[in-house]
Amino acid sequence: MFYRLLSTVQRQRISPGWQTWSSARSSASATKAHSVALPAQAQVVVCGGGIMGTSVAYHLSKLGWKDIVLLEQGRLAAGSTRLCAGILSTARHLIIEQKMADYSNKLYSQLEQETGIQTGYVRTGSIHLAQTQDRLISLKRISSRLNVMGIPSEIISPKKVAKLHPLLNVHDLVGAMHVPDDAVVSSADVALALASAASQNGVQIYDRTAVLHVIIKKGQVTGVETDKGQIECQYFVNCAGQWAYELGLSTEEPVSIPLHACEHFYLLTRPLETPLQSNTPTIVDADGRIYIRNWQGGILSGGFEKNPKPIFTEGKNQLEIQNLQEDWDHFEPLLSSLLRRMPELEALEIMKLVNCPETFTPDMRCIMGESPTVQGYFVLAGMNSAGLSFGGGAGKYLAEWMVHGYPSENVWDLDLKRFGVLQSSRTFLRHRVMEVTPLLYDLKVPRWDFQTGRQLRTSPLYDRLDAQGARWMEKHGFERPKYFVPPDKDLLALEQSKTFYKPDWFDIVESEVKCCKEAVCVIDMSSFTKFEITSTGDQALEILQYLFSNDLDVPVGHIVHTGMLNEGGGYENDCSIARLSKRSFFMISPTDQQVHCWSWLKKHMPEDTNLLLEDVTWKYTALNLIGPRAVDVLSELSYAPMTPDHFPSLFCKEMSVGYANGIRVMSMTHTGEPGFMLYIPIEYALHVYNEVMSVGQKYGIRNAGYYALRSLRIEKFFAFWGQDLNTFTTPLECGREFRVKLEKGTDFIGRDALLQQKQNGTYKRFTMFILEDHDTDLDLWPWWGEPIYRNGHYVGITTSSAYSFTLERHVCLGFVHNFAEDTGAEQVVTADFINRGEYEIDIAGQRFQAKAKLYPFSSLFTHKRRKDEVELNDFQGK
Amino acid sequence: MSSTVSYWILNSVRNSIAVQESRRLYSRFVSNRNKSKWRPLRVPATLKNSFSRGSLALQKAHRHTSTEEDDFHMQLSPAQVNEVLRARESAHNILDLDSRVPNSVLRVESNQLAANAPMEDRHGVASCLQTSGLMFGVFDGHNGHACAQAVSKRLFYYVAVSLMSHQTLERMEGAMESMKPLLPILQWHKHPGDSVYKDVTSVHLDHLRVYWQELLDLHMDMGLSIKEALTYSFQRLDSDISLEIQAALEDEVTRNLSLQVAFSGATACLAHVDGLHLHVANAGDCRAILGVQEDNGMWSCLPLTRDHNAWNQAELSRLKREHPESEDRTIIMDGRLLGVLMPCRAFGDVQLKWSKELQRSVLKRGFDTEALNIYQFTPPNYYTPPYLTAEPEVTYHKLRPQDKFLVLASDGLWDVLCNEDVVRLVVEHRAEAGRHKPDLAQRPANLGLMQSLLLQRKAKGLHAVDQNVATHLIRHAIGSNEYGEMEPERLTAMLTLPEDLARMYRDDITVTVVYFNSDSIDAYHKRD
Repeated sequence: MFYRLLSTVQRQRISPGWQTWSSARSSASATKAHSVALPAQAQVVVCGGGIMGTSVAYHLSKLGWKDIVLLEQGRLAAGSTRLCAGILSTARHLIIEQKMADYSNKLYSQLEQETGIQTGYVRTGSIHLAQTQDRLISLKRISSRLNVMGIPSEIISPKKVAKLHPLLNVHDLVGAMHVPDDAVVSSADVALALASAASQNGVQIYDRTAVLHVIIKKGQVTGVETDKGQIECQYFVNCAGQWAYELGLSTEEPVSIPLHACEHFYLLTRPLETPLQSNTPTIVDADGRIYIRNWQGGILSGGFEKNPKPIFTEGKNQLEIQNLQEDWDHFEPLLSSLLRRMPELEALEIMKLVNCPETFTPDMRCIMGESPTVQGYFVLAGMNSAGLSFGGGAGKYLAEWMVHGYPSENVWDLDLKRFGVLQSSRTFLRHRVMEVTPLLYDLKVPRWDFQTGRQLRTSPLYDRLDAQGARWMEKHGFERPKYFVPPDKDLLALEQSKTFYKPDWFDIVESEVKCCKEAVCVIDMSSFTKFEITSTGDQALEILQYLFSNDLDVPVGHIVHTGMLNEGGGYENDCSIARLSKRSFFMISPTDQQVHCWSWLKKHMPEDTNLLLEDVTWKYTALNLIGPRAVDVLSELSYAPMTPDHFPSLFCKEMSVGYANGIRVMSMTHTGEPGFMLYIPIEYALHVYNEVMSVGQKYGIRNAGYYALRSLRIEKFFAFWGQDLNTFTTPLECGREFRVKLEKGTDFIGRDALLQQKQNGTYKRFTMFILEDHDTDLDLWPWWGEPIYRNGHYVGITTSSAYSFTLERHVCLGFVHNFAEDTGAEQVVTADFINRGEYEIDIAGQRFQAKAKLYPFSSLFTHKRRKDEVELNDFQGK
Repeated sequence: MSSTVSYWILNSVRNSIAVQESRRLYSRFVSNRNKSKWRPLRVPATLKNSFSRGSLALQKAHRHTSTEEDDFHMQLSPAQVNEVLRARESAHNILDLDSRVPNSVLRVESNQLAANAPMEDRHGVASCLQTSGLMFGVFDGHNGHACAQAVSKRLFYYVAVSLMSHQTLERMEGAMESMKPLLPILQWHKHPGDSVYKDVTSVHLDHLRVYWQELLDLHMDMGLSIKEALTYSFQRLDSDISLEIQAALEDEVTRNLSLQVAFSGATACLAHVDGLHLHVANAGDCRAILGVQEDNGMWSCLPLTRDHNAWNQAELSRLKREHPESEDRTIIMDGRLLGVLMPCRAFGDVQLKWSKELQRSVLKRGFDTEALNIYQFTPPNYYTPPYLTAEPEVTYHKLRPQDKFLVLASDGLWDVLCNEDVVRLVVEHRAEAGRHKPDLAQRPANLGLMQSLLLQRKAKGLHAVDQNVATHLIRHAIGSNEYGEMEPERLTAMLTLPEDLARMYRDDITVTVVYFNSDSIDAYHKRD
């Protein structure tokens, strides 16, 4: 098998690159008949011989798994991998993406040495141009993050750009970012090299073998049915690129992999009169929507147009494949942009306009991980046109995931479980990718929201709130109010504002926050994931005690904030659990936990018909009454005393509100402010809302949105799962030791790791920073992902930030590490280490002094209710 | 009474009121043609009285809804015009990737524009699954849509069954007997938006089964020839339609539906393509023409059907031959069959097929004819029924590489566009679409030239307005002036006609254009 592979590789070496692509397709096939029979069984079957499949196979074999079969329906390294533009760029918007690209770069650069196969790797560097100041800010933010990761990059002037690339028109530029280590490489050859190295490590590769469907028994992969026969296996990896969605649906228990293809065009030219050097840097002109690289003395240039053409909506379609033609009219805006950037190219001869579909996902991030419903079913696909850049790193993480149970980095942002079946509608995907594709080169400002695929899940109050000026954001398909525009405000201007500076909703959110502090506000928080766990006996308590780190054996009616930890002690979920009765529990988790938490619980809960787990998210509308007067509103509506003596903090009672009975009232607000959460069966939602609003009028009630909530919780130093907390952060690292039943002697997942950490000390610490010399009106706003410096040395990255209207300062949250000066090794972080540093936060290259705090300011502010202070000192939250 | 006045009568008389009004108010739209295909001659006195009361109320009602002058100022934007025109668009690529020989049909595009409310035209495209071949049909209903609806659904099955071999029919019969699932007969090629016809009943299947049982009794191993199959299917379906209502039916819904089908009518034009063999069966005034490109590049038109109406000498002779000489002067009056019906062949219309006695006896069985919009009347000079037949005229044409496309359309199109215009418009549309894709051979060599060419194209807006050629034809059919030029105002005006006026200025239009695959036709020829 391997020899045949090598012969393919060698033939390609003779005529490298794209010229072979058309001929190679036809010739390679006919030569060898398939005589080799498939093995009857294997540990792992990887589907897809593109860069993803080969990278996964390569890394699995490196990690010691040898019994691997890789299947490719056509030829190895065909599809998007063959037609990929071959640009490796580390300038990414997510840190995890930067890490993947950085690893890929390092991997590819030594691949030729490792395998002897030429990959065409040339370190050209890349230059990202900025035509506007806003774009330059965006680049500066990326640059400062690249630098702390050890990837050199610098912001350069247009003059310097002209020096680096002689053909560029730089007159309309305000600056650029230069990343000298970026490279170009032939992605098809990289895939072949990875395949050949994997093959040498024992991976068996079969091309012209199509996976028909995956065999699943009892929620576990047991085999694969191909057109050449069946293979028994324990693991299946879906790396089928743009066919991954369909392949996922073709199993008995469908695996929803939300991705969709769009046509993508790039231009190839003949060489210039004086051929371009092979080390000419790659240009990314995002404002012009194009990229340009050198290619065989000429150029290769493509882009992400405003009006992309989605394709294969109805699945794989021969006719659409045949109809993939050059569409020059469609390419015209990009061509005009190219000639504006490089006017001298006018006389350059055209060779070809390539049309190669690329795959996009609903949130512009790739998809990896295990299916929430089928064990052993892994996915790596949906690369949003960056398959080459991510290929190495993504393959490595997925291999680690399979071998070790979890990757060596937090990949929640890319986890398949961030999606559910609700994102798998073909109509939704088609509409969403038409927005996502141009977005790749759009300016990414803080807090943008997708416009397509909206209003899917809504609370019953949606129309009421919308009529009162609600502006909406979406999470996991659920519409949530951001803030409420007062009647006299100009709505259009607000919607269109895109800025890195102070946003124009500032005043609106300020008044909402003020109302939360002084009177009472209502926030519709129905999107939170709500589960109920009940049992006939003590099974529910027993399993929850094992799955959750905090003690849940509390009196009925109590609410416990607790983490759901993994073996390493890291947070898989952070939630609040109310004990409804001896044998039933009500669990509230972040919105995007719906799939992940469900699958975690299902995986760990014993098969027991007496133990029932139910997703009741859709059954309840959640209203959050925040503010000192919430108690007055509720007692007036229920004729029940709501004072702390009768209704202490972190308590849950079923009671009547207005005419409606059976409302679950909880004395917590997820913000540290006094108030109540009401969980209302949806048919009562409108009634309760109306009652609350009419009774609340005399207490100054108003609607508020998530931006106000965010400001409140961040100034109270509440960490939020998915943003601040992840699978690699433990309760000890964020000062939540008191929420862990270490002393109790009950076993729970992650206990050993925590005990060890307690003994050895933590290597990072969740810290709150208050920006000192930051001018809210004039300076750039922090967002998240800003580097933190301690005494001039890099110690970590912020995870979230907000303006605190109480402190009248910006607050950033983030983890502080202690890297050894000489080796860079991580050392123990003590409270002393935190307290004795001088801190700076780097916002787009500009450093602002910050004061570090390990505890919130709770005592400084006037909360008369003693019980509330208990809650505050607990600094529970979501 | 007024509330239950037959819809059909209302419709036709409403039209005459509307015409008077429109003459007064909107003289520029005056049309001398009375578009209604059916024209009742006598209105029974009882109905007349009640009707005049009803019409007054009606007139008032319509003043509010449609004939107010304000409505005519309502202008559609070009985008809205396109939306209206494209609402019923559909296009299918005929994929036949499994078989070795590519299909001789490349693509089907069709569209409809309603003038009646509801629309009385129907169309359909289906593949025969037990035999090879594709069928395309256009059906123009009159006096309601029930008959067109039934024929458009059922005729395909009759033809498909007629074409089956003895062996296949035996398997079908066997499956029926043992209550097993039937072999699939047809695959419909539908626009996803099309509603699935749900009015097929087990009764229809039973009748289809009786038909194939009779075919089985004929003991023909090879099945019928295509020509025979088409002829028999038309006649058989029409006789089934006629018999179904004569037989006592249990189920009231089916019975009422059958009555509506039998007492309304439809002309039909059905094309069957199998490899090089093109058969067109036509009964009535729908038309099928072939667009032919000669070797010298010139385009011409080859009509495949003859309209069966009063202007067709052969039809006149046939009618005269079939009826006594004494009726020679009354059989066609005013250009209509018995002064009533425009086409001389049609499905349904039992008023022109049954004897008076039979009509009376069937209707006497206590149907609520008014609620069902059925109006029984006897035309004058009704002596020797049947006057109307559904027997088709079948044309055969062996496809040649120069045959590029087939246009099937209802008379709504042919009333306003002649055959040559239609071929010209389709050719222009093809050329436009062709120009859209840069020809590799003529592609500018360098980037600068390419850019300026692209910018020129952009400025000229060369992108074809209509992707769908059927839409292109309909746009020109209703939007062209006397000189064949497109007038946007005219197009908008025609589309904004209120529902009750629309029928005066245009008929329902249904167009189906079938593009042939010249390469595969060529390959067929070489193989032969």
